[in-house]
Amino acid sequence: MLRLLAAATLVAAAAHAQEVPQAFLGARLLPITGPPVENGALVIHEGRIVAVGAVGEVDIPPDAERHDAAGKVIMPGFVDTHSHVGSVEGGDASAPMHPEVRALDSIDVRDSRFRKARAGGITTSNIMPGSGHLLSGQTLYVKHRDATAVEDLMVRREDGSPAFGVKMANGTNSRKNPPFPGTRAKSAALVRERFLQAIEYRDEVARANGDAAKLPPRDLGHEMLIEVLDGERVVHFHTHRHDDIVTVLRLADEFGFKVVLQHVSDGWLVADRIAASPHVLGSSLILIDSPGGKIEAKDNRFETAGILDRAGALTGFHTDDSITDSRLFNRMAALAVRAGMPRDRALYGLTMAGAIMLEMEDRVGSLDPGKDADLVVLSGDPLSVYTQVLETWVEGVKVFDRSDPRDRLYAEGGYGASHDQSDTVHGIVEGEHR
Amino acid sequence: MSSRAPVRAALACLAAAVVTSGQVAVRGDIVHTVAGEALRDAVVLIEDGKIARVGPAAEVSVPDGFRTLRAAVVTPGLIDARCTLGLSGYLNQPHDQDQREGSEAVQPELRAIDAYNPRELLVAWARGYGVTTIHTGHAPRGLISGQTAVMKTRGLTVEEAVVKPLAMIAATIGEGARERDRKTPGTRAKMAALLRAQLIKAGEYVAKRDADDGDEPPKRDLQLEALGRVLSGEVPLLVTAQRSLDIQTALRIRDEFAIPMVLDGAAEAPETLERIRDAGVPVIVHPTMMRARGETENLSFETAAKLVAAGIPTAIQGGYETYVPKSRLVLFEAAVAAAHGLGFDSALRSITLDAARILGVEDRVGSIEVGKDGDLALYDGDPFEYTTHCVGVVIEGEVVSEEQR
Repeated sequence: MLRLLAAATLVAAAAHAQEVPQAFLGARLLPITGPPVENGALVIHEGRIVAVGAVGEVDIPPDAERHDAAGKVIMPGFVDTHSHVGSVEGGDASAPMHPEVRALDSIDVRDSRFRKARAGGITTSNIMPGSGHLLSGQTLYVKHRDATAVEDLMVRREDGSPAFGVKMANGTNSRKNPPFPGTRAKSAALVRERFLQAIEYRDEVARANGDAAKLPPRDLGHEMLIEVLDGERVVHFHTHRHDDIVTVLRLADEFGFKVVLQHVSDGWLVADRIAASPHVLGSSLILIDSPGGKIEAKDNRFETAGILDRAGALTGFHTDDSITDSRLFNRMAALAVRAGMPRDRALYGLTMAGAIMLEMEDRVGSLDPGKDADLVVLSGDPLSVYTQVLETWVEGVKVFDRSDPRDRLYAEGGYGASHDQSDTVHGIVEGEHR
Repeated sequence: MSSRAPVRAALACLAAAVVTSGQVAVRGDIVHTVAGEALRDAVVLIEDGKIARVGPAAEVSVPDGFRTLRAAVVTPGLIDARCTLGLSGYLNQPHDQDQREGSEAVQPELRAIDAYNPRELLVAWARGYGVTTIHTGHAPRGLISGQTAVMKTRGLTVEEAVVKPLAMIAATIGEGARERDRKTPGTRAKMAALLRAQLIKAGEYVAKRDADDGDEPPKRDLQLEALGRVLSGEVPLLVTAQRSLDIQTALRIRDEFAIPMVLDGAAEAPETLERIRDAGVPVIVHPTMMRARGETENLSFETAAKLVAAGIPTAIQGGYETYVPKSRLVLFEAAVAAAHGLGFDSALRSITLDAARILGVEDRVGSIEVGKDGDLALYDGDPFEYTTHCVGVVIEGEVVSEEQR
């Protein structure tokens, strides 16, 4: 597990909220790692959760700013394991694999979709480059803090370096003309070849034993794949069809990398295999309103979440923003419940499951003392269509407030809310066939 | 003689089976008739495919031979007021995409009935959630992409499904109509010029055709015939326009030619509500969850609520999608609108009676009233709640789905 720096120490602008303890009183608390608390008291201070319990059982610091949260529901901020907010880019068309390419060098922190993610209660995201490559680049784990540069958003590891994974894909999106693969078997062969080259590089570096004359020329791509092979970085693998999912498991077996299965449309067909793989950190699902739209998603169904969960496979969700709308992330968990997933498991899927898949479970995903004060304040049941996100807090700072007209514009949409969004979905111009 | 008896018996059986299939009683804890107040613990009797009686369970006895279904909530069968179901297949491959012929910008002669595949998977998918009537046809792509039709989501042939074979003629002003590679129209002004030119040409054609002057009538022209039906007021022009300026252009053309018009999409309608209301033009508003980008950048979850508040006849649509999801479900779109200012009652009307009126099929569908088609949707709770299930669907007295969706 990665140890993450206390994020509060990284935020330059120490907001008022962080100096004085904040106490939310009277809400229904959904801690996720424990049972719901009625008439709850939640205390946060300096970016962290200090206390969680029922009113009367929790000490409220005398200097705390009190928030009347009666009638509201408070739960941990949502963790989106797969998003494209920030108009992120990855590798270009020159090659099918770009392990040296960093998402962090391409993220526009002023993208309006960041504002919408906050309006949806999302506090942590894995921002990924696209799926048009076997390996499109490094991802970036972010917190939805106020930001003027990507450095303000990034989640950092103990040594201060950014936390991220690596985005890979199989199936049809990465099938193109050379140098891209034209078939599934070729896709797997290219990936295996590339990992073997990284292993050779690693061995060569080891044999040089520090002798600069014997060291191979530095290769950023190989270095990244070695981090993957060493378990330092998680592979986020876009995969839909059942046989493609099993191919991912086969590659993970061969090279021992940790993997999060992303999309997993046919996961319901191979749930037991997914659950049994020691390499899979979890499955992150996207539930699409209708099946199809592309051949690989023809069997995408709401039931998959419940089936995977029952099989014992850790199951979470992602927006794949802009494929689904970040403002309605809770809707996806609700659709999973509609199709048989237990409510508590679906709420776990919105929060802790994602935290585990991003190896951030010690920092986010539940209302536990010591964790980051990442909260969603809701007007009611998180699985109801009528519920609104009222406030979103990241590390003790309120980053979305529905009562603020500027924030409300992003929550509801309207004139000017999406002025920066181009007329494409995933780079695909309207009307093209896939 | 005796050898024929079994045959006669079989025929009698068959006849009986046919008759009984249209006899259904549906009892709901709440029945939203939409025609009036919701009824508590009420029964809807469907006889020979038509609604025969609606009333409190205590007053309506179910005759022998009727199949009885029960549900917490009963609504009229839902209506998707604008989609491309049955034309744009779920695989999204060239072989199953018939919603747009790309060779010409102006093709009002293309009939939806010649392209509709009643067995397309997404038709049954929509039906499973309670959608029983769809206004489907050519896509909002191309200046005039073709005709639309009103269908029931049942039947194995178009003839069995069709309610109205020519409902509207689909035109687009804005990005959907912009042609590339030097094809025309490439600009908004050219779109308007071409539309006007076509309507003028159709007017001249009709005048010549219908003139009683002894001259040889003009050769049949399918395009001009189709547009002639718009000019005569028989068929509305369905104009997809998202930008406020495109909405105004559409209304300007309507005023010039005095044609019936229905606006489609209308993402920026809140910027020009008074103009739309004064024109008396109904709006089939964009799907609530449609993506905000390009010419739809200014849409909001509240567009439907604002239209209804302004007194504009409004229906919600499932719309047209080119990627994932391939279709949006009108029930889900209305649900989000309900939660964002529209409210339950108006949201339900927007996918039942108000939609039926805009489509001109309110004599048959859209509310639970005696004499209308026996089309019902059954739910185990508030139909708009994410976690509620559709538990039954009835079309003209036939139980077409009992799966929990």
